[in-house]
Amino acid sequence: MTLALPSGPAPAPRRQLLVGSALAGLAGTTLIGGMLAVWLLERQHAVDAGERFPMNYIIPEVATNVMLITLFGLCFFAQWAVYAARRQDRGHTGLALSVVIILGLAFVNAQAFVYSQMEVEIADGIYGALFYALTGTMMAIVIAGLIFTVVAAFRTLGGRDWQSEIVSANALYWYFAAVAYAAVWFVVYVTK
Amino acid sequence: MTTLEQSGTGAGAGSALLSDGRIGTAVGATVDWVTSTDHKKIGRLFTGFGILGMIAVSVIAVIRSLESVADLGAFNAQQLDQLTQLHHFGLALMVALPLTLGLSIAVAPIQVGARAIAFARLALTGFYMWLAGAVLTIVAIVNGGGIGGADSDMVDLFLAAMALMMFGVIASAISVATTILTSRAPGVTMRRVPFLTWTALVQSLALIITAPVVVGLIIYLFVDHRNSALAFGAADGLADWLPRFFTAPVVYIFAIPALGVFAELLPVSMSRRHPMRQLVFTGAALVGVASFAGVTMQKAFPVDFSESGQDVVKSLVVMAFFVGLPLLGIAITLLTSLLVAKPDGSGAPKPRILSPLLFGLLSILLLLLGAGVGVLTQIVDLELSGTAAVEGTVALICLAAALGTLGGLVFWAPKFSGTKPDEKKVLPLALLGALGVVLAGVPGVIAGLADSDSSLFSTLTLIGYALMALTGLAFVGATRGGTSDGTNNPWCAHTLEWSTACPAPADNYEALATVRSAEPELDQLPEGSPS
Repeated sequence: MTLALPSGPAPAPRRQLLVGSALAGLAGTTLIGGMLAVWLLERQHAVDAGERFPMNYIIPEVATNVMLITLFGLCFFAQWAVYAARRQDRGHTGLALSVVIILGLAFVNAQAFVYSQMEVEIADGIYGALFYALTGTMMAIVIAGLIFTVVAAFRTLGGRDWQSEIVSANALYWYFAAVAYAAVWFVVYVTK
Repeated sequence: MTTLEQSGTGAGAGSALLSDGRIGTAVGATVDWVTSTDHKKIGRLFTGFGILGMIAVSVIAVIRSLESVADLGAFNAQQLDQLTQLHHFGLALMVALPLTLGLSIAVAPIQVGARAIAFARLALTGFYMWLAGAVLTIVAIVNGGGIGGADSDMVDLFLAAMALMMFGVIASAISVATTILTSRAPGVTMRRVPFLTWTALVQSLALIITAPVVVGLIIYLFVDHRNSALAFGAADGLADWLPRFFTAPVVYIFAIPALGVFAELLPVSMSRRHPMRQLVFTGAALVGVASFAGVTMQKAFPVDFSESGQDVVKSLVVMAFFVGLPLLGIAITLLTSLLVAKPDGSGAPKPRILSPLLFGLLSILLLLLGAGVGVLTQIVDLELSGTAAVEGTVALICLAAALGTLGGLVFWAPKFSGTKPDEKKVLPLALLGALGVVLAGVPGVIAGLADSDSSLFSTLTLIGYALMALTGLAFVGATRGGTSDGTNNPWCAHTLEWSTACPAPADNYEALATVRSAEPELDQLPEGSPS
């Protein structure tokens, strides 16, 4: 094939980070969805056997409700970061991402508080293993989101080129995390 | 390199190697391979270990069958059980999956005109996670840590290794799917993507949906087993949960790109455009429905014909969705592709018998057989659950997928190595491999149907796996070397990747051709040329 002109630059990928984050969110959704399905199945078995599920543990509902509000509030600030990043507003982008990190840490702190208050024994019956596996996975998802936010902040604020797409991808991840936690909150902490 | 050359002043072979820089070159090449972010190399790492896995799993199956036939007494019952598990998990996770996923990683980006795979380091990390998981799984099972294993710590290691493997698969699948969705060259619309790319996308999305469910389950099993073993039971309890993801219908997901290989190669062989591309797309997507079987956490969708008519209809609908649709999808892909072979009086050149096509054709026929048997295993009245028929079905599907992938590796070899393998050497391997797949899978199915434990079936299975091991070894030998005709398109193929050099450069394209159809290379032919 003879070309009359030298080739142009390679076509830029279309919103690669955003699509990748959406796919990661899809994977996370089926992860949490599958785990909740097993939780519900095991709970049904326990109830059918005449047992109480979650046994004799008292759930600190204030803390768990605050965790839910924290994650949805975090989404608001993540979206603020997107709004600011699209306008190349470095100050507000940094401020919004910082708040996202603080709220994420607050979520982890609240989860640790719930663990300390409930005092669930991991080796004490069916509930312990299921509880720590599910809530631990949820906490791992939030910690992964925190790492993502730190990377997004570095690449946006300290990078050579201004990148708003990574901030959008970060916000999308937090939306997924909030929805996933809402499901976990309802199944684990509300339904008894 | 200079440092090595200066240091090579001693006597002997070692110093000779040093002095001419061969060690330096070898080290450099190794480092380049293991750290490369070139998708072609990452994909070939996957497929290379997949072929190694095929040989290893076949040898394990031969040893197991030999023990069964000759009653050597070399293994006790538990060791035999662990060998069986290694064989079973190996077929799905160390043969079919790395081969098909590796082919997708190596070929799909270049087919859509991308300069690189999306998140290349993620794809490479995915490979290493899969590899580490596979090695640790083998270590755990060999040390009595598989399902029902006696060593509790090894069972924990087995679960952790399986999770690691699945994380690697998810990472690589995200990389492939993102590339296809976002990095297509101008003109390469989703309706124009090549068949292999489409099947790679379907497989990747199916893995992204299914594999996390396995990971979630493994997390539960690990936490429970490590601490109380009350929720799911001890190691024996794992048997109720884990194997369901590595049997039909979920294993169809691992075979989807093999359909793409066949659909891609038949039009090339006939030197014609495919007349019904959308139907092939639909067929491959229907096989992806198997992913929904994965998320339901059920290993069977059985139909009991002794129940009332209404119940039979209800269970038939469910079975048709989870098991029937993949069968239908494979049949649609096969039949619509065969339309290409129908004469239309356009004066197309005489069809060519391409060796990779033979791999692809035999692969899809065996997949159809496997899917048909898969439907039979779901009928309760046949009482096939837990019999050798189920294992035979898995062997048919996984090894057929491997056979199709070998065809793909032959076909795209010029883009990887720059040379076209000698067809006279490769062609017999397709027949040998197909015979191996038939003998490895069909005797088990017949034994299950006949409710027989005759040693004849074990002997035939032994021969089948021995042939598969031989095919793997011979394939490695036959595809080394080859010839180059100096053109970009030695197969006269139709898709975009054949417009770039052989071997393709690290960033795939010096310049992208204009894409106006699904077969850009055919568009380059003069007006009036047969298409």
